[in-house]
Amino acid sequence: MIAIDGLRVRFGPNEVVHGISLDVPRGSSFGLVGESGSGKSTILRAFSGLNPDWTGKMRLDNVPLDRKRDRAFFRRVQMVFQDPYGSLHPRQTVDRALSEPLIVHGLQDRDARIAQALSDVALPNSVRFRYPHQLSGGQRQRVAIARALMAEPNVLLLDEPTSALDVSVQAEVLNLLRDLQQRRGLTYLLVSHNLAVVAHLCPIIGVMQGGDLVETLSTDDLRAGRVHHSHTAQLRALTVELEDGGEAAARASA
Amino acid sequence: MIVTRDWLLTETPASRGQAAWGRRYRLWLQFRRNPLAMAGLIVALSLIVLSLLAPVLATHDPGVQELSNRLARPSVAHWFGTDELGRDVYSRLLYGGRITLGMVVAVVLLVAPLGLAVGCVAGYAGGIWDRLLMRVTDVFLAFPRLILALAFVAALRPGVTSAVAAIALTAWPPYARLARAETLSLRRTDFIAAVRLTGAGAGRIVLRHVAPLCLPSLIVRVTLDMSSIILTAAGLGFLGMGAQPPSPEWGAMIATARRFILEQWWVPTIPGLAIFIASLAFNLLGDGLRDVLDPKQDG
Repeated sequence: MIAIDGLRVRFGPNEVVHGISLDVPRGSSFGLVGESGSGKSTILRAFSGLNPDWTGKMRLDNVPLDRKRDRAFFRRVQMVFQDPYGSLHPRQTVDRALSEPLIVHGLQDRDARIAQALSDVALPNSVRFRYPHQLSGGQRQRVAIARALMAEPNVLLLDEPTSALDVSVQAEVLNLLRDLQQRRGLTYLLVSHNLAVVAHLCPIIGVMQGGDLVETLSTDDLRAGRVHHSHTAQLRALTVELEDGGEAAARASA
Repeated sequence: MIVTRDWLLTETPASRGQAAWGRRYRLWLQFRRNPLAMAGLIVALSLIVLSLLAPVLATHDPGVQELSNRLARPSVAHWFGTDELGRDVYSRLLYGGRITLGMVVAVVLLVAPLGLAVGCVAGYAGGIWDRLLMRVTDVFLAFPRLILALAFVAALRPGVTSAVAAIALTAWPPYARLARAETLSLRRTDFIAAVRLTGAGAGRIVLRHVAPLCLPSLIVRVTLDMSSIILTAAGLGFLGMGAQPPSPEWGAMIATARRFILEQWWVPTIPGLAIFIASLAFNLLGDGLRDVLDPKQDG
């Protein structure tokens, strides 16, 4: 579904992504992990068309992508941003945010579609005419996910969709994303610095370091510790340490 | 539908309109807590209403001269006295409000949309458009306001229309700068990126998503600038470049009466007070609006 080959992205004189390649089959999820600044979000922004300054080859469903995307592209590919406090227009109600894609793509039955979209992301109908500042962080991220799904895309680009949320809400949003994927057969390209989040959603994981994709491996291999690159081992060790530490702390307080 | 306080303040509005009016009502409640701003609003509104009702409220025809009764002191017959041609100052003040405030409204209606459009387009399009539009703005900013207006009116024909055009010509650049600065910070936000990802065109993004967010700070700035527009309009009138006699424009009224400032002080003082009160009212109103509408202060 998504095929990226030799992608290089630059910001002015600095090249931040040095020729990475990856494939995501239809209906599957690919997780990109790495430290901040490793270029993982940049890949998403280049694929989504927000950053036109790239070279290499990107294909959607075997069709090569241009610098400039047409409207049909945005019906098939949507993105969820990291910060739900920054990704919703502060002066627009939930209703307006969800109507926007429908208006742009000329889709009918707006009322029914919005009601359906809200129930799909498990939001009560009462939030429909609220402004973002009247919602919690988790509710906002659900609105952002609902907005991304309005035009019924097949591909969802997820840019750290849970990192700005409370731990308890993170799990809810991750489970929601997994349900939606199973129900709609969506293809995910997920970016996170949190190995546990990626492992929860994605069967295949790419590890990035300094703009290079240093290793691609399956989640099972990762869990079993069958890693080849030192950076992957480092990230894994850190995550295991954190989780064990967390469990130890939970046991201690129980 | 009965509009009640509860209907407006509900946390779960049932329609687009209710949500929008609820937001406006909250802003109004916030604005109402500021007594100075309320005073400004009330005075500004009453000045406008008084001017609009001038034909009803005036006790005399503002143009009728009564030379036997010139420069009379304020009395029951002539509340604010009479001017050098025996015309009733109170009636002239009311009709003059129509001209002076009318000029202000005309300037604002010309200037605010122009500044907003130029600023938003320059800020969102960037590149060559930004440079081109901003250099034009810089050229206009480089002139002192009153001097450029004076030169412009002198080149045309002195009168209300050319005074409005001249003030408008010199007043729009700060709004363009303001709107551009806001647009530049908005275009990098995730929510505008999300709108771009719906596939919306640049025109739709600027008009429906960027411009509405630039509007509050622009409204505040315009309201605060209204006093300086009043002063510029009155200044042009005083210099004989604005409304022409016998039109009772406030600045022109002071100009023709300035010879009597020592002996018959009320003749130039009363229009001066009118200018002062109107300017002060708009300033207070603008300050109050800034507290309410400033996007940095509400979540």
